[in-house]
Amino acid sequence: MIDQKIVDPDYLLFEAPRTSEYITGSEAVREAIKRANVDMAIAYPITPQSESMHLVGDIYAQGYVKEYFRGENEFAVMSSVAGASMAGVRVFTATGGPGTMRAFEVFPTWAGARLPIVCAFMTRGVNSPLTIQPDTIEMAYLLETGILMLHAENSQDLHDMLLMAFMVAEKTDVHIPVGVFADGFFVTHTRDKVNMLPEDCKLPSYDPYSAPVPVMDMENVPVRQMRDPFVMKSNFISYAAHASWQQEIDAAAERSRKYLNHYLGGLIDVEHEDADIFIATSGTAVSQSREAIAMAREEGINVGLIKIKSIRPFPGEEICALASRAKGIIVPEFNRVGWLAKEICSVIDEPRKVVRGPRVFGGMTMPPELILAEIRRIHQ
Amino acid sequence: MRESSYKVLPGPEGYLPPAAATMGVMLPDPGQAIMEGASVDSDVALRAAARKLIEARNPVFFPGPLILWDWKPGVAEKATALKELAEAVGAKMIPMPDYRPKYPMINPAIEVNPNHPNLTIWHNKIDVCLFIGVHCHYANLALKIIRGGTDCYTIAVCAEAGHEDAMISLRDAGLCELQRLRELVIELKGGINQ
Repeated sequence: MIDQKIVDPDYLLFEAPRTSEYITGSEAVREAIKRANVDMAIAYPITPQSESMHLVGDIYAQGYVKEYFRGENEFAVMSSVAGASMAGVRVFTATGGPGTMRAFEVFPTWAGARLPIVCAFMTRGVNSPLTIQPDTIEMAYLLETGILMLHAENSQDLHDMLLMAFMVAEKTDVHIPVGVFADGFFVTHTRDKVNMLPEDCKLPSYDPYSAPVPVMDMENVPVRQMRDPFVMKSNFISYAAHASWQQEIDAAAERSRKYLNHYLGGLIDVEHEDADIFIATSGTAVSQSREAIAMAREEGINVGLIKIKSIRPFPGEEICALASRAKGIIVPEFNRVGWLAKEICSVIDEPRKVVRGPRVFGGMTMPPELILAEIRRIHQ
Repeated sequence: MRESSYKVLPGPEGYLPPAAATMGVMLPDPGQAIMEGASVDSDVALRAAARKLIEARNPVFFPGPLILWDWKPGVAEKATALKELAEAVGAKMIPMPDYRPKYPMINPAIEVNPNHPNLTIWHNKIDVCLFIGVHCHYANLALKIIRGGTDCYTIAVCAEAGHEDAMISLRDAGLCELQRLRELVIELKGGINQ
């Protein structure tokens, strides 16, 4: 293990010299966690995520992570992660597809308990029939769990977003979990150039004593979270407390916007801002869209790109402002249900402008020509 | 800094009022505070808080575990300053020692609980309250319930980033802010240390 010094997060993310490596998305996870000053990582294998947490296990063996173990299953892992976070340590895990489904009850519990857990979701189709192939349908299920959701286009995004995620999750006024999503196989198992940060630097440690909820270290009162749970009561004030509690999680997500804007440089990236037609999408669909845009612009069509980096909080105002000037907005997605198109329709004034597709799923790739066909159709 | 048109005013605001953060009220930047949903200079907010406290019929301080328990250096000094401030105002203290739901066993005469703070406010007929040393999540919860169901004016002296759901909220507030608030209270009362 290389001796690491703690540095300012802004220095690490924006100023530190970077070196370029040709690595997979799973290896990008390993490199991010190596620099994240993580106290604890808990793993359970599920394709396409298994390799990421295996590699985190390797850096545990080297001394970069203080504690690491394998849980009995995904539900056990997510519950163990919750316990670790309540005890006041920085904790990381990863899962994907059916693993996400198996652990599902715990994600809103993380948010409700205001736990700053960072989890990488390597997305995969949901059974059945049995599949291990790329598909972002699990993101549709996670939209209302209260966790923040960042969607990486490639390994570089995945690497940087993981480090940023810890810094945003742990802000006192946010302090809710962050999921960093990467499209399984397209990112996790694909080798790409990643500009990595110096290996001898790491993020500052987590300070649980500035948390908005008491850390359960058994010496800091109150040591237990519950005495008479709300569920035991049937009265207005019990319901009002639970309702206000839920609203506070939404409020925390709203407060994260300023930090995400700082670290991500905005919740969206825009290319060709003066365009007549926009493609708005997230994840690896952004890369396919870039290809389609290049082809369309060669034909003289003024098409722009809205790369959506944050799904929760959703950049509604930003997208609405761009949509008001556009003739149409095309939303390519790697899932059957079109959750991103629905999100966009819910925040813009003229949802009829939205082309809800093209969509591919079940592991299929998306030829840029499919997107180009929609661009041509709107242009005519 | 973006400003919201939403006002955080004494209630009752209704059956289930929104969290102010979701209505566009943003926490203050360092050096600033928020008053009724708008960002102001922290000294302006301190002065307004002092005036609200001295004009109150029944001002009550709600100290939470972060100031009730001597858990780290500096807390005892803050607790002493808080007691001196309460004496200058003529305010009562009702502690929030614990956050666990205890309904209906809570005795609103001797403690406040974030899950049903309205009971304590109604029982004691409190018109201005001051939160201090309460973990931010629980302060937000209580402040919103108070705004929803009572007409109590809420002030939050926060050592972290502040609270949108309070009518006046300071941020990064420590010993100096408590001492400054006491000075302002004495000044507004005509220089007589109560």
